[in-house]
Amino acid sequence: MTVQFSPAAGRDRFVGQAISRIDGPAKVTGLAKYAGEFAAPDLTYGVVVSSAVAKGRIARIDAASAEAVPGVVKVITHENRPATSQKPEDYQDAVAPPGAPFQALASDSIVFSGQPVALVVAEDFETARYAASLVRVEYETAAPLTDVAAQAGEAYDPPTKRNGIKPPPEPWGDAAGAFDASEIRVNGRYRMADEHHNPMEPHASTVVVEKDGTYTVYDKIQGVANTQAYLGGAFGLKPEQVRVLNPYLGGGFGSGLRPQYQLFLAMLAAKDLGRSVRVTLTRDQMWSFTYRSEAVQTVSLGADRSGKLQALKHDAVQGTSTYEDYQEVIVNWSGVLYECDNVALTYSLTKLDTPTPGDMRAPGAVTGVYAIETAMDELAYASGQDPVQLRLKNYSEGDQTEDKPFGSKELREAFRQGAEAFGWASRKPEPRSMRESKELVGWGMATGIWESMMMQSSARAVLGADGRLEVGNQTGDIGTGTYTILTQIAADTLGLPLDHVTTKLGDTHLAQAPVAGGSWTAASSGTAVMKACRDIAEQAFRLARGMENSPLANVDFERVVFTNGRIEVAGDPSKSVALTDVMKATGTEKLEATGEAAPDKDFEEKYNAYTHSAVFAEVKIDEELGVVRCTRVVSAIAAGKVLNPKTARSQILGGVVMGIGSALHEESMLDHRIGRFMNHNLGEYHVPVHADIPDIDVIFVDEEDKANPLGVKGLGEIGIVGVAAAISNAVFHATGKRIRHLPITIDKVLGEG
Amino acid sequence: MNRFDYVRPNTVAEAVQALGADPAARFIAGGTNLIDLMKYDVERPGRLVDITRLPLRDIEERDGGLRIGALVTNATVAYDSAVKERYPLLSSAILAGASAQLRNAASTGGNLLQRTRCYYFYDTATPCNKREPGTGCSAIGGVNRIHAILGASEHCIATHPSDMAVALAALEAVVQVSGPNGDRAIPIAEFHRLPGDDPAKDTNLAPGEIIVAVDLPAKSFTTNFTYLKLRDRLSYAFALVSVAAALELDGQTIRTARLALGGVAHKPWRNTEAEALLQGEPATRETFAAAADLILREAKPQSTNGFKIELARRAIVRGLEQAAAGTPQSQSDKRIQ
Amino acid sequence: MLIDSGSPGAAGTIGISLTINGERRNIQVAPWTTLLDLLRERLDLTGTKKGCDHGQCGACTVLVDGTRINSCLTLAVMKDGAEITTVEGLASLAAREGKNSLHPIQEAFVEHDAFQCGYCTPGQLCSSVGLMNEGHAHSRDEIREAMSGNICRCGAYTNIVDAIEDVMQQGGAR
Repeated sequence: MTVQFSPAAGRDRFVGQAISRIDGPAKVTGLAKYAGEFAAPDLTYGVVVSSAVAKGRIARIDAASAEAVPGVVKVITHENRPATSQKPEDYQDAVAPPGAPFQALASDSIVFSGQPVALVVAEDFETARYAASLVRVEYETAAPLTDVAAQAGEAYDPPTKRNGIKPPPEPWGDAAGAFDASEIRVNGRYRMADEHHNPMEPHASTVVVEKDGTYTVYDKIQGVANTQAYLGGAFGLKPEQVRVLNPYLGGGFGSGLRPQYQLFLAMLAAKDLGRSVRVTLTRDQMWSFTYRSEAVQTVSLGADRSGKLQALKHDAVQGTSTYEDYQEVIVNWSGVLYECDNVALTYSLTKLDTPTPGDMRAPGAVTGVYAIETAMDELAYASGQDPVQLRLKNYSEGDQTEDKPFGSKELREAFRQGAEAFGWASRKPEPRSMRESKELVGWGMATGIWESMMMQSSARAVLGADGRLEVGNQTGDIGTGTYTILTQIAADTLGLPLDHVTTKLGDTHLAQAPVAGGSWTAASSGTAVMKACRDIAEQAFRLARGMENSPLANVDFERVVFTNGRIEVAGDPSKSVALTDVMKATGTEKLEATGEAAPDKDFEEKYNAYTHSAVFAEVKIDEELGVVRCTRVVSAIAAGKVLNPKTARSQILGGVVMGIGSALHEESMLDHRIGRFMNHNLGEYHVPVHADIPDIDVIFVDEEDKANPLGVKGLGEIGIVGVAAAISNAVFHATGKRIRHLPITIDKVLGEG
Repeated sequence: MNRFDYVRPNTVAEAVQALGADPAARFIAGGTNLIDLMKYDVERPGRLVDITRLPLRDIEERDGGLRIGALVTNATVAYDSAVKERYPLLSSAILAGASAQLRNAASTGGNLLQRTRCYYFYDTATPCNKREPGTGCSAIGGVNRIHAILGASEHCIATHPSDMAVALAALEAVVQVSGPNGDRAIPIAEFHRLPGDDPAKDTNLAPGEIIVAVDLPAKSFTTNFTYLKLRDRLSYAFALVSVAAALELDGQTIRTARLALGGVAHKPWRNTEAEALLQGEPATRETFAAAADLILREAKPQSTNGFKIELARRAIVRGLEQAAAGTPQSQSDKRIQ
Repeated sequence: MLIDSGSPGAAGTIGISLTINGERRNIQVAPWTTLLDLLRERLDLTGTKKGCDHGQCGACTVLVDGTRINSCLTLAVMKDGAEITTVEGLASLAAREGKNSLHPIQEAFVEHDAFQCGYCTPGQLCSSVGLMNEGHAHSRDEIREAMSGNICRCGAYTNIVDAIEDVMQQGGAR
């Protein structure tokens, strides 16, 4: 199916083209403003004081010396904090898991290390920071429990399931029996470190008190509607009292899905003081909320001699906080990826004295696919199969977890093109068989998978008499390229040049749209924009046809094309009229329309939709010194239509880079004695730097999908999934040592594995 | 960050006077570590004496060697043509550390005075004998995979993070200081100290003293040297273990050996006994392994850093191999020679 | 003594002179104000970013007298008399040299999609110009190493190296 964006043009001028980012000039000149950069004449600065302990209560808090510093406006603690809603459910934002969300300064109780215990508000930033250092807090401490492996015995099935997160399917067949009876068995326990999102922009909120008593809030959030609703619940503010904006977001990766405590504190202070307040968290405070919590996983695979799966068991025990049951989909992917008659997938939680974990780029899939794809690699060696061939042998033609066919699945083609680009055919299968000078060379691969989703979204479009179009909705461009693709779609639908289209995002005054996450924005907002623009096209056409001596008289809508700012009869450019002339002749100031997009119920009843990837990685290892370098990655993606190859490629590159981090570098290290992440800075929490990242080859394979009229499936997450397994498998191929614990650092390469 | 008084002297004498006997006063030059620590409230100076205008920015010939002014930036030293030609080991070590931006700001003197990167030292929520004497060492039994394996005490297991200082140790540099009681020279080996029962004290600088220069002796190693740094990512990370190795060879026989380790102790770790053992021996892996064994004889692991002992052993051998082969480690080509 | 701010704890400010993006400014600053906070909070030059405030990410990179440094670890008072170029000034830096609107490295970043969220970008750009001014990095490996003080969490690294290489091949960015 070829999707056409212009109503009848039969060709796409911008969609599918490698258009440079529309927001590029603003970003390279420093003019793009982020949440903590908006000014207000009466702005005050809030600095958060963080708990030194993980569990217990505040015995005494003394803010007198802080309050005595000239320039300090107020120190807010649990002792003097203004009242907010008493109902826990009022704090549940749109993506909250079941439980009672954390409320800053609500009581003397301490439930995680780094918990905010005071907000110091001052006339300038330096005064607030200095005064914050003078707040004295005494604690009564209790022993925290933060070790997920040690607490695995306390695991439980979450009684309330998280909205939108599918629990594991009921087991089918007899996985235990079939495993025992299998000729080839592999069984492994897989671990990975806790990871923190660490977007480059620390979380920040600026609450501006307007003259009329309303609030304008600039919040680091992936969807402004979520912030507005949260403030409504917590502070009893009506939507018309709060306008939330976030035109640019300095990276989210999930950390900006939920309103975080700096927003609550900024609004608390602004409301209390009647003054504008900005609260920006420090980098170390970025370890005091949301993280990718470790899941301790076991995977057991039974197969016949040819490698055909007979049994598949995948279990995960994941850490959550004491106050919310965070859940993600970790084990289900195994049942979706491989055809097998005897499958048991199980998932449970265990309580830890940490902040509630949260969605981090491809939540659950990064974790679960690492385990299953490493186990599959182990099975490849155990059965003497090439890893790609083993996956083809067990290739699923439908989603067994729900007994539905796939809407589309071009993973086979991704394997083929990825393998070819990588040169996989020249791989020597035996571990330790490839070498280059002093280094062992390893080639590994893995599959990636992510769900393709669509969310209820709307978009508004307004065409002015000057022929310029404005489109937009509330969703955020979190670096994904949303401004650009929506502009492309709008321009193509109405046949306008790109510079005649302005896309606005991240403002609650715009049309309703959900948070940007889950890779659903292109499909959802893109469809809504296309529909709004198509509506305007129809309106404009009707006006044009009604014009005196209209060249379009007696022509149907289906027979016209919108191109170069004109409506013209297809195949007959001599019969055309400029949009601006239509507006002028009919005395029309503007044409407006709202487009609505929603999941296609018929499609969803019939099919399940996923994106897939085939990831091939090369590592070079100095075995004596345990140094692993990732030297090459090929990522072949099957994810429907690509709207913009340039920004799409960047999405995948970014995912691969974070995947390399997961595989080799990233680890938030807890001191379990005190329940505190100790390497809470970018010097000691290692995200990859330039030197760690080799050239990366991204391939998009053709895939036609019908879940939405655009044919897109989403790209934000799929790039990271499978990368850690591919690298881990390459490390095994290089060394013959199976390391089942990420990140693969020097100590593990030198150690017992 | 606390409030402080700011003074900007123009001469060394003025600077020494401005610091006075005030234990809460600090000199500031590049500021890359001091401001970092002040933002965490680890350092709370009452007075900052800005020494950036002092005339200590020259690299000059002296006694057949070079004198590097204390304020010469790390980048300037690393790319100085005389340093590159005569002390490539120093250039390489500097380029192995930090980032280009930090090297552009950090001074030679400040690099020597940078403080440990121990997580607990940096985190005022936790006890630390180096930060607050007598409160205890949280790193012992805690998160300590980056900590010391040599020369640690029951009071402190922190390491010194400098790369430059490791090369200086191998080159037997001399630190020139000036203070209330006049000028003196401190051999690099005696400049930094082990934690013992007073881990708050990193160096043997007397109160009120300022580093004015670092002297590089005439003896340079221009062919058989290397700086090999092993870390948790390929750049912009502190060393788990680093090795500065410099040799003079007579054919395949070692005439002189210098060897210093970084990331393993509270100071750049040099073991002259091991160097003596290498002297006169053939430049072979076996010889190198014997030296490594000698150096690590007294190594002690903490709860999670035991791997560093074996890593150090292998790094010493490889570093000496690189030096002997005249194939120094490149700091941009990440393939280890 | 050139300057003495007085007794500890006093909130006294010190007069300094900085040339920022070609414009000379006389400013009163507290000694504890970093160059970064001065730019962002006092001068409304928010293009320079605060990513970590500890010299561990590079988002705050600016050019001081043509040399790239971390403005977060620099007290403004210590740069009295210096010439500062921020991302907002890169375009005018190009203009002064007779080039059009954007600096070539800014154009190359847009062309190569060398950013996503844009938050590390001003630092990457200033660092790139600093790198080219230094003249030590030539190969891709050398560029990677010399840019390693600038973290990009979105993972635009390969595109950033492409952009820098492109401008270097055009003859640098001076």
